[in-house]
Amino acid sequence: MIILSTFDVLKPDPGLFFWTILIFLLFWILVGKFAFKPITGAIKKREEDIQSALDEARKAKTEMESLKSSNEALLQEAREERGKILREAKELKDSIVGEAQNQAKTEASKILADAKVEIESQKNAALAELKNEVGKISLEIAEKVLNRELDSGKNHEDYVASLVDQIKLN
Amino acid sequence: MKRQFLTYILVVIFGMFSNFVQAERSDAHGHDEPAIVEEGHEVNEEIHEVEHDFDPGGTAMHHINDANVYSIGPVSIPLPCIVYVKGEGLKIFSSGKFEPGHHGNGHYAIDNFVLNGGALNRVSDASFPTGKIAVKKFGHKVIEIEKEAKDGSITTTEKDVSTVVLEDGSEFVLEAKSTLDGGLFGGGMTSWYDFSLTKNVVSMILVFIFLTWVFFTIKKAYKRNEGNAPSGIQSFVEPIFAFIQDEVSKPILGHKWEKYQPFLMSLFFFILGLNLFGQIPFFGNSNVTGHISVTIALALFTALVVNLSGNKHYWQHVFWMPGVPAFVKVILTPVEMLGVILKPLTLFIRLFGNIAAGHMVIVIFVALIFIFGNSGHSVPGSIAGVALSVPLTMFMMALELLVAFLQAFVFTILTAVYIGAAIEEHH
Repeated sequence: MIILSTFDVLKPDPGLFFWTILIFLLFWILVGKFAFKPITGAIKKREEDIQSALDEARKAKTEMESLKSSNEALLQEAREERGKILREAKELKDSIVGEAQNQAKTEASKILADAKVEIESQKNAALAELKNEVGKISLEIAEKVLNRELDSGKNHEDYVASLVDQIKLN
Repeated sequence: MKRQFLTYILVVIFGMFSNFVQAERSDAHGHDEPAIVEEGHEVNEEIHEVEHDFDPGGTAMHHINDANVYSIGPVSIPLPCIVYVKGEGLKIFSSGKFEPGHHGNGHYAIDNFVLNGGALNRVSDASFPTGKIAVKKFGHKVIEIEKEAKDGSITTTEKDVSTVVLEDGSEFVLEAKSTLDGGLFGGGMTSWYDFSLTKNVVSMILVFIFLTWVFFTIKKAYKRNEGNAPSGIQSFVEPIFAFIQDEVSKPILGHKWEKYQPFLMSLFFFILGLNLFGQIPFFGNSNVTGHISVTIALALFTALVVNLSGNKHYWQHVFWMPGVPAFVKVILTPVEMLGVILKPLTLFIRLFGNIAAGHMVIVIFVALIFIFGNSGHSVPGSIAGVALSVPLTMFMMALELLVAFLQAFVFTILTAVYIGAAIEEHH
């Protein structure tokens, strides 16, 4: 058997060198630019998406926590507000009621006073009238009596009138 | 079931090897030709006595070398040849015209070209007949090359060269294609250049098509599945993407990582694809990343990307290291300038060495069967050889699978480190 193959792989061969340059350049341009670049971009984008999703979740969690605490504060505030409003309402009610009572009292006392005055005046008028009537009647009686018994004189009438005045009804 | 499967594997293995043995025997025929003296050469020829024994080293070399035919088992698929001959111009033809037989030895010589061991060779001798000539066999011999020095003294060096023997018994010295090693590794400039779509080029094209299809499918999946968890083939490659991204690019390149990511991923998957393609059993076992031309080309890309993206600080560190005394600068500057060349050099030698060695070791482990079995003459020896060879080869293939990933990763991470050093901001 004759094999005189020398160590050809150690000899730089311009033909193979040329084809390697050409094929690798083509591979680099074609696959590197149109496949590896978009793939790298897609992986990077997905990584960023995952990272941003995680960040957002973390942010939402802290936000929720702060929201929860602020909710509680709000609730506390509302509770306080409610108490205050209730207290105020009570005070207002008390004051209104008190005022109304006072007003009613004064009104009542005024009405009472008015009534008393009216009554007094009516009574006085009635008494005066009564006195007049009584005088008249007495006069008539006396006239008649005197007419019948005595001659009527003026002294009598005056005397009767004085007598009538002396009558105190109360 | 298991037993059947084992039997099947053994039959396949032995079937393959019986081809080997036949080939060896047929080659061994007619090798007692008388010495042929070639005239008109400044060389003194002498037929070299060829060992007829099985030559594991030569077999290993033959299997890792590039070829102009694509052999799958006993089938040789012809490939297009594109050659440039000095003075004759560009020629395009199919290697099928040579009618390659075992070990890719063509049965015919066509217009000064022959197919020797799968590789295209040319005969530059003017007396070689043109047209389609039947080839009797290929051989080799030792020639003496006389070199006249300037002072007139003549030195002779012996050189083992391949030859082709035609039907009429005439022997011609073969010329391999031009290589750029300057004769350092036995190559050098010859009368022609080979720009053929060789086995390695075809393997590269196949891997290129496959990877392009795979990654465009994955890209579509990412578009369709945008923002969702990966599914299907995405889940298979995403850990690799994420690994290169998070363990290589981001820590080493900093905020500029995205700019270099396509290059790093292209490098990684191109090397990985070629490494793994060469390991598919019975599929040609092309040794693409184990050929220095390929790794030099890849390292050249790294060197270009590194040095073209180098910033002011990088070049300042190379030419005039700041913060050290002047006499140290004088020492450091040549070292740093050497480093600019040495960095890609180590890259391509490492990848080439690992893959070529892996391919060779596997061939040699398989060759244990022939060494033990005395090239098919001793059946008990062959059985012992199989018992030894199968576990060793299996172990080696598992190791090579690891090496395929490791070397692709090492090439990528070192490229990233070199780029990272070149674009580093001042600290």
